[in-house]
Amino acid sequence: MSRTRRVLAGALLTGLAVLTGASAAVADDASPSPSASGDASGPTEAGTTFRTATALQQGETATAGASTGDYLYWVFPADAGQRATVTAKVTLPESAARHGAQTWQVDVYDGLRRRQACMYGKQTGTAAADAATVELTCVLRTVRANAEPWANDPLPGSYYVRLTVVDLAQADLGLPVRTEVEVNSKDQGGSADVDGSLSKPLVPGVSSAEQASDDANGTDASAEPVALAGEPEDGWSSGWWTSRLLWTAGGGLLAALAGVFGYTVTRGRGRPHHVPPGA
Amino acid sequence: MIIRRRLTVGVGILLATLTAGLGSALPASADETPTQASPKVELVLDVSGSMRTRDIDGQSRMSAAKQAFNEVLDAVPEQVQLGIRTLGADYPGDDRKVGCKDTKQLYPVGPLDRTEAKTAVATLAPTGWTPIGPALLGAADDLEGGDSTRRIVLISDGEDTCGPLDPCEVARDIAARGIHLVIDTLGLVPNAKIRQQLTCIAEATGGTYTAVQHTDELSGRVKQLVDRAAEPVVTPVATKGADSCTDAPELKPGLYTDREKFAEHRWYKVAVKPGQELRASVSVFADRAVNNDYGMLLRAVTTHGREIVRGSESGTGRTDAISSGLRYPKPEQDEDEQTPETVCLQVSNAFSAPASVKTAPGMPLELTVDVVDAPDEAADVAAFGLGHGWWLLGLLTLTGLIVGLLFGWISRWRIAVWRTR
Repeated sequence: MSRTRRVLAGALLTGLAVLTGASAAVADDASPSPSASGDASGPTEAGTTFRTATALQQGETATAGASTGDYLYWVFPADAGQRATVTAKVTLPESAARHGAQTWQVDVYDGLRRRQACMYGKQTGTAAADAATVELTCVLRTVRANAEPWANDPLPGSYYVRLTVVDLAQADLGLPVRTEVEVNSKDQGGSADVDGSLSKPLVPGVSSAEQASDDANGTDASAEPVALAGEPEDGWSSGWWTSRLLWTAGGGLLAALAGVFGYTVTRGRGRPHHVPPGA
Repeated sequence: MIIRRRLTVGVGILLATLTAGLGSALPASADETPTQASPKVELVLDVSGSMRTRDIDGQSRMSAAKQAFNEVLDAVPEQVQLGIRTLGADYPGDDRKVGCKDTKQLYPVGPLDRTEAKTAVATLAPTGWTPIGPALLGAADDLEGGDSTRRIVLISDGEDTCGPLDPCEVARDIAARGIHLVIDTLGLVPNAKIRQQLTCIAEATGGTYTAVQHTDELSGRVKQLVDRAAEPVVTPVATKGADSCTDAPELKPGLYTDREKFAEHRWYKVAVKPGQELRASVSVFADRAVNNDYGMLLRAVTTHGREIVRGSESGTGRTDAISSGLRYPKPEQDEDEQTPETVCLQVSNAFSAPASVKTAPGMPLELTVDVVDAPDEAADVAAFGLGHGWWLLGLLTLTGLIVGLLFGWISRWRIAVWRTR
């Protein structure tokens, strides 16, 4: 009785320790986040080129006011196995001020500034002169953990979203618009897992940042401060877990069970038919 | 018993220290905002005679601009050094030569004294000509010095009246001087000519153009542009690529900027050790009116001319830039000495333009270079060579069943043989 009590006390102690450690980690994570005030509110300004692109997290809605003709850039992180969907909504200026149809386009580039194809979705949308909004969607290919250097496959890292007008009446240039961009993704699971993994995600400036932090630990801060595009909320996946382990292990288990079953069926009790029991 | 009790308590303490240590180590997002020189913004305001026109919210353009400036001066962030320059504010006469030099600095670029600046703006009255080109040159001189980000915000309501100096060419030359200058333009109640000129100026420097019809649009937009200047961003390092790999500059990981004309190649060098991966990406910016179809090519080449990998892109239609990139993972070598390989990067573009468009200075080019560790090699297409899916389960189960049946028969036959012996 006393033994079980001691064991229970020990288990309770360790449970409390684990909980306090976990809550300390959660509290540290929760405090430094002044921008994410609402449940899904994102940045309110957009960048104008790759190096000034505004960082965006998946699930956040970014808004920005701009003039027709501006190029708006955001950057979001995507990890291996995710299939990202970028949706953009543009609220056009009043139709009384417009002189014709406008065609808006959303493009996605990966961390190496290579243009990524949109599998599905209306990437280019035309709004008639009296339309109030235009909505665009781009569904990207599933991100792979590794790819050959000669392939254009999407790799884990930053992805840039560019929203701009590609065709319009010249008199409509410069009119104010409001834009809204959101990125969501689905995890494709084990069927998209590939072998190998990158040592660092495809984030431009990742090696300069490391160098800068190494230098900062040493003497002076680097003269070229590099802003990284941000990482996913849970950090980049380490890449060793895949559901294929479960599938293969499950297959092996079933094979073993089927083998035992087959053996018992044909072996029976090991007695041939024509020998009577007791012989 | 005592040993077990000590054991549980000991394990509990160990786990507690481990989780506490993990808890403090986990949130590691390095949120270092880089400290850099304070950004400089110069507002260039058109005070020419045409600003008397009353077509913005029922008041004159000049009073709308003054009202907007008051709001902007109240909202300038602390770290921004602001200056104000006017054009056409002094000379009301008809002598074009004198009128086209009429640009002066109203408030010097520096830490902002809001009352002083507002008083200076209040004294303005619409007067003379519209020398946009000379005003931009003056503004660029005002912003000289240091290596902070620079922005000129030009607010104008009429096209430049001081040809043949084309303000668009002036803007491009200023931007090419290598002082990281962006010019944003705002047109007050613009017509086609002024829109064309202001759009050209903005595109030549990577800025934006806004058409303003209302006072609140003007103040809101200028505030947004000033805030944009205050955002901390990475500043690229100016470099100059060569015509061939042997003369090329050796680049360390970082962000670089250069200029490239049509049909010109730029070469750079990067040292890559075995077991490292080179990542390079290039954007070529279309800062002038180019033809509808364009392309660019980035090649990684050995010093002997063998192409390793390339990234290329082509496009059509309205764009600000065309970009591509490449990755080159260099495999590990077994030797003890890790001699770095010199990889040559060649950047070429396929832009073209009508004959009326000047080819010099070249188009801006932005190059990112990163060198990281090489990736883990892939031994198989699928993760660790493992399988996935119901077909796999079915096949494994079927194989197991068949093998089991087979062994069962063999075992039964062997026993039968044993028994009958």
